Amino acid sequence: MDVSDSVLDHLRHVAALPDLSGTRYELESEIGRGGMGVVYAARDRQLDRRVALKVLDSALAGEAQLIARLEHPAIVPIYETGELPDGRAFYAMKLVAGARLDHYLAGSPSLGERLRVIRRVGEALAFAHTRGTIHRDLKPQNVMVGEFGEVYVMDWGVAAIAGTPAFRAPEASLDQRSDIYALGALLEFMLIAPGSSAAPPALRAIAAKAMSADPAARYPVAAALLADIDRFQEGRAVEAWSEPLWHRLRRFGSHNAVLLWLLAAYAIVKFALFFLRTR
Amino acid sequence: MNKILVGLLFGLLLGALDGATAAFYPETRNLMTGIMVGSSIKGMLVGLLSGWFARKVQSTKWGIAMGAALGLLFAFGVAAMQHEHYLEIMLPGFVTGAIIGFLTQRMGAAKLAEKREA
Repeated sequence: MDVSDSVLDHLRHVAALPDLSGTRYELESEIGRGGMGVVYAARDRQLDRRVALKVLDSALAGEAQLIARLEHPAIVPIYETGELPDGRAFYAMKLVAGARLDHYLAGSPSLGERLRVIRRVGEALAFAHTRGTIHRDLKPQNVMVGEFGEVYVMDWGVAAIAGTPAFRAPEASLDQRSDIYALGALLEFMLIAPGSSAAPPALRAIAAKAMSADPAARYPVAAALLADIDRFQEGRAVEAWSEPLWHRLRRFGSHNAVLLWLLAAYAIVKFALFFLRTR
Repeated sequence: MNKILVGLLFGLLLGALDGATAAFYPETRNLMTGIMVGSSIKGMLVGLLSGWFARKVQSTKWGIAMGAALGLLFAFGVAAMQHEHYLEIMLPGFVTGAIIGFLTQRMGAAKLAEKREA
């Protein structure tokens, strides 16, 4: 690449930057780039705060209205929508300070912490599904974990997006069960992330059930998948896995360890008293 | 089911079972009915108070401690009435109380949940 090429690249880059004149925002830097738009960090001059600004093709402007309807703690709130002088649509949203899920997992969070994150993602999905919205492209890159542990699911339900291969359900027409497939794929991704210890078979079974090729074999709703994760965390049997007897006994033992110790203490006391008496 | 009812039921069951173990001693076989009734009532009293405590304090550790203390206290009362067999009555009573205390913490709805259900 010679000097003229680099100058040309720079000019292209500058030309592609959105013209924010006439808006209350001041461009800071590019944060990310996706199939249907670019996200920038910007400053809201009026309220003197940093925001994330997503600039879209005008054809996809409905995305903002769609997300604005989804008021949930795990869904990034939309502040404002508008149109740039060049006709492109944009919307301003909360700028989340934190890490993308794939980067967050590099820090080897505990299994409990990873399940907390998947629970928050699942709750956001369940909420959106009750509002008739599906995500369509759930993947680690679309989940942010904030610096205080808050979880946000981003890039909701744009019709032009058909999902990311590793997280996309095999069926052609996407619906709620396609999101459940992606949630299962996300769970699997989190279980096998580098630095994590061997995934418990019950959790692997939950992910596998959610990722069944046949949509009817998946969990019918996101809440059902979360309920199975709850069962795992409470030491109960999960629906997705018919566990072997030895595993069931071990789970019963660890779940009821205190009771078993007390019963053993009672038996020891009784035997000791009986043998002391008859000696 | 509320925690007091859980305590009463498990107190009755475990008290009766504890009383039934007296059948291993030949000298008590003629007194089995009285022992079982007395032991069941003792268990129910421990269960009642442990269940009441579990509604106030949600802690497995303190539930076990309270159940054990109540079991020991009531077992001492029973042994004191007979003026003998203190160890044979108080030691199992202590452990049975601990089990009842544990069960009242683990099972049954706490007061807040009961109100919500209502």
